[in-house]
Amino acid sequence: MDFLVFLSDFIMPLMIFYIVGYGVLASRPVYDDFVRGAQKGLKITVEILPTLCGLLVGVSILRASGFLDDLSALLAPAAAAVGLPAPIVPLSFIKMFSSSAATGLVLDIFKEYGPDSRIGWITSILMSCTETVFYTMSVYFMSVHIKKTRYTLAGALIASLAGVAVSVLLAAG
Amino acid sequence: MLNYIWAAMILAGIFYGAVRGRMPQITEGALAGARDAVNLCLTMAGVTALWTGLMEIAERSGLLDKAAGGLRPLIRFLFPQVPDGHPAQADISANMIANFLGLGYAATPAGLRAFEKLETLNDKPGVATDAMCMFLIVNISSLQLIPINMIAYRSQYGSANPAAVIVPALIATTVTTICGILFAKMMGSKSSSPAGVREMKMTGRTSEHVCLSEKKKGPGQTDVPGKSERGA
Repeated sequence: MDFLVFLSDFIMPLMIFYIVGYGVLASRPVYDDFVRGAQKGLKITVEILPTLCGLLVGVSILRASGFLDDLSALLAPAAAAVGLPAPIVPLSFIKMFSSSAATGLVLDIFKEYGPDSRIGWITSILMSCTETVFYTMSVYFMSVHIKKTRYTLAGALIASLAGVAVSVLLAAG
Repeated sequence: MLNYIWAAMILAGIFYGAVRGRMPQITEGALAGARDAVNLCLTMAGVTALWTGLMEIAERSGLLDKAAGGLRPLIRFLFPQVPDGHPAQADISANMIANFLGLGYAATPAGLRAFEKLETLNDKPGVATDAMCMFLIVNISSLQLIPINMIAYRSQYGSANPAAVIVPALIATTVTTICGILFAKMMGSKSSSPAGVREMKMTGRTSEHVCLSEKKKGPGQTDVPGKSERGA
């Protein structure tokens, strides 16, 4: 993991360097472009604040009621049998339906265990390697009225399972 | 979908809390959740603005177009059923690049456009083509190179090195994407025949406006931008 962290340290600075350098070579007013883009970014953040607020309130209520802890305790033996920490199980399940709801759970996990704990690491990697299965499929197939989706679901579930497995392995390494 | 999940969280939480006698904690939790959301958005605002600012430079300097050109061989390999030069190719590459860069809000519209054009190559209305299956499996297996939102969340919750997730996430997403592609290739090769350009309209499409309005409210609304969300 140390080497991976070392590599990760380089990617952002190099990418920023490359993008700004490319813009300068293309003789663009890079700073003006940046400011215009940053404005769009701020708008996006303001737009997601209500969503995030609703979700964090929902997850906080669930956490405060003791439901999440009891669920984790209930799932712990089964989850341990396949090498998963219990809080990861509801997360990988919810993630198939809604990535925003999963984000609420992620933030709850970070708050409880910290992003650098083993559970925090699995969560960080898991959330970065697959998308919402059912949401994505329904949006796309509905848009062109497709009813028979053939092997799409199987393929998406295989990719998601692979994601859980590889996240646990990488976080252990 | 999210409406049900959200309602279930709230109702189950309060009911469960009442049974367990934890009503004061629930009030406290609800208020704390709302406060956390605002704090998190403050952190996110900076990171997102930095990212979209950089992407604006990349777009206007032609870097994104150049990247789209570089993707062509990959797209030809993944979607052999799409004839070379077909407009679907451009939309697929726009969708993929937006996904690479974590721009979920840009990926979904491009993806829906790509899907519409794949539908014109579909000679069995209502049944997904190999190209559609491949497209969605690749999208769901995630292509994101830099998980910018995750970095923001990690930094908000006190990670010693928020960006340390980049390479492990990259490895993980490569593994899931390759698994998805292999599976789709295996399943697809069995039944696919090299289809020519067959501009066939769907017969059962009577209500174009219904389909449009679905598209408008479909993506991006429930998902936190940055993923597909995305992806959302």
